[in-house]
Amino acid sequence: MGVAARAAPPPDLAAARPLGRRAAVRRPLVLVAGAGALLLVVVVVGAALGAVAVPLDQTAAILGRRLLGLPFAVTWPASAETIVLELRLPRVLTAMVVGGGLAVTGAALQGLLRNPLADPYVLGTSSGAALGAAIGILIPFRVLFLDFGLVHVLAFAGALAAVLTVERLSRRGTLASLTGLLLTGYAVSSLLAAGLALVMYASGQSLRQIFFFLLGSFDGSTWLRLAGAAPIVLVGVLLIALRARALNALLLGEDGAAHLGLEVGRERTILLVLASLVTAAGVAVSGLIGFVGLVVPHAVRLLVGPNARAVVPASLVMGAAFLGLADLVSRLAGEIPVGVVTAIVGAPFFLYLLGRARTGYEL
Amino acid sequence: MTAVVSRPGELAASGTVASLTPYALEATDLWFDYGGRGPGGDPDRLPALRGVDLRVTHGERLVLVGPNGAGKSTLLRCLTGLLRPTRGQVTLDGIPVDELSRAAIASRVAVVPQQVTLPFAMPVEDVVALGRIPHEDPLLGLRPEDRAAVLRAMGSVGIARFARRDARQLSLGERQLVLLATALAQETPILLLDEPTVHLDLRHQVATMELLGRLGESEGTTVLAVLHDLHLAAHFFPRIAVLHEGRIVADGPPREVLTEDLVRGVFGVDPAVVRLHVAG
Repeated sequence: MGVAARAAPPPDLAAARPLGRRAAVRRPLVLVAGAGALLLVVVVVGAALGAVAVPLDQTAAILGRRLLGLPFAVTWPASAETIVLELRLPRVLTAMVVGGGLAVTGAALQGLLRNPLADPYVLGTSSGAALGAAIGILIPFRVLFLDFGLVHVLAFAGALAAVLTVERLSRRGTLASLTGLLLTGYAVSSLLAAGLALVMYASGQSLRQIFFFLLGSFDGSTWLRLAGAAPIVLVGVLLIALRARALNALLLGEDGAAHLGLEVGRERTILLVLASLVTAAGVAVSGLIGFVGLVVPHAVRLLVGPNARAVVPASLVMGAAFLGLADLVSRLAGEIPVGVVTAIVGAPFFLYLLGRARTGYEL
Repeated sequence: MTAVVSRPGELAASGTVASLTPYALEATDLWFDYGGRGPGGDPDRLPALRGVDLRVTHGERLVLVGPNGAGKSTLLRCLTGLLRPTRGQVTLDGIPVDELSRAAIASRVAVVPQQVTLPFAMPVEDVVALGRIPHEDPLLGLRPEDRAAVLRAMGSVGIARFARRDARQLSLGERQLVLLATALAQETPILLLDEPTVHLDLRHQVATMELLGRLGESEGTTVLAVLHDLHLAAHFFPRIAVLHEGRIVADGPPREVLTEDLVRGVFGVDPAVVRLHVAG
């Protein structure tokens, strides 16, 4: 049998339409303005509401006058200013910075590991941080530097140490594949979780404190702590955003990315270090907050598609807004742990997304 | 051992990269041994490549055939620098491949893999646009000329009509065309294809083969394809190299290469069953 038939050239060229109809590409200004407005609303509402509500107009006026120097005709009591500027604003901003950071690291790790189930904690960050924090809580003396105690420092160090261990262990194979990295992460996490269980078992009266760290909270946020964590998170997020091209290339897999000109090993290390720093900084100020880093990137991809140039900035905005509002709910509901709120809101939303995946556009 | 077919007359300009030698792609005495760690993990196993010599001139179209396990995929991975050969050397445009950065290789060689699993839903045109990564603006992404190249690539493969569909919901054959378009969008002087037609129906197999032929003629693209289908290989390629147990056992025009003895010896089938129709 010979292949002698000549196929007609597919009459397809005419059907081609111009690229770039996606909103993220065509209307960047509108999107940036919308994102800014969304974040502003979250800041104002978050600073206004709580155990003692400050009227929205007063909150806006306090923020506008004190932070931006805008002339507002509204007057307010001194107590309102203290509540808004000293108690609520650092807390709202911390929640937003951490939320944005977690969402961006989640997006980056999902892309790097090519695994939709990856989140900022997947490579051992959470268990390392938890073990570090638990040990910090058990150590009986207290040191404080820039409002950071032993708990925060050890949580930060534990998170980084865990990821570094995972990274080193996964390099032992000849071809350190991303799957190997993921599996090593699970193994090391399990080991650290056992260590955490042991520490909790031996912790006696400190158990409650450790437990609260595991659930996450912005209760103790201060300007100084924010000043310590925010630069790490924001610079890390910026550097991740600048590696969007690498994340895009990795959509085609490790070999595909290499064929597109990517030094896969180097990019992998850079992205891992950045993601770990951002996560560790977030964990140190707020404890473990789940679901933000898993769900927000997926929601963002449904909105803007998988192009990392859009996913990373959109994740920053959506993550910040989501955790800012989740913390507000946590405060209004009598200081229930914010990790509980994100899970209560996040899990049904995630199920909804999975439901959509069966009917139409997949995740 | 190897019949080197070099045709000085076909010394076509190879696009963007200045040519230093007549060879777009040259492998010299290439050995590769997975050792005890590779597939199978058997230390007694023969090296995957055992002294492969292959010279491909600019603009040439070459098809690589061979039974499963002959070393075709290993050879492709060595040619693109993903695997470092145990012995021997690969050069692209006369430059050793291990002296080239990944970016420099990506500007010379595009690879069409057999299959890719996308981690997220993705419109076809966005997948094809990934082929522009070596060319696009590092920070801002696609420039107008990149978008034009994406449209051209989709048009020439015939997938523009489902540009907006989710690439993960296409059939295997359609996805293979998407990967071909992605590699075409890369606009490299050399195109390597790893069984590009394995999931395609007959019409698209023929269309793809003809497209590869047109690329060679109009763009001077050097094409090296791995194929399992000896009919397609013999009909559409002027030169065929047969890889068997890590060596190239025959290399030349199909009429000379695909003898009854070779089909029986290498592929272990009765030549009467195959009855190859060889291009004149």
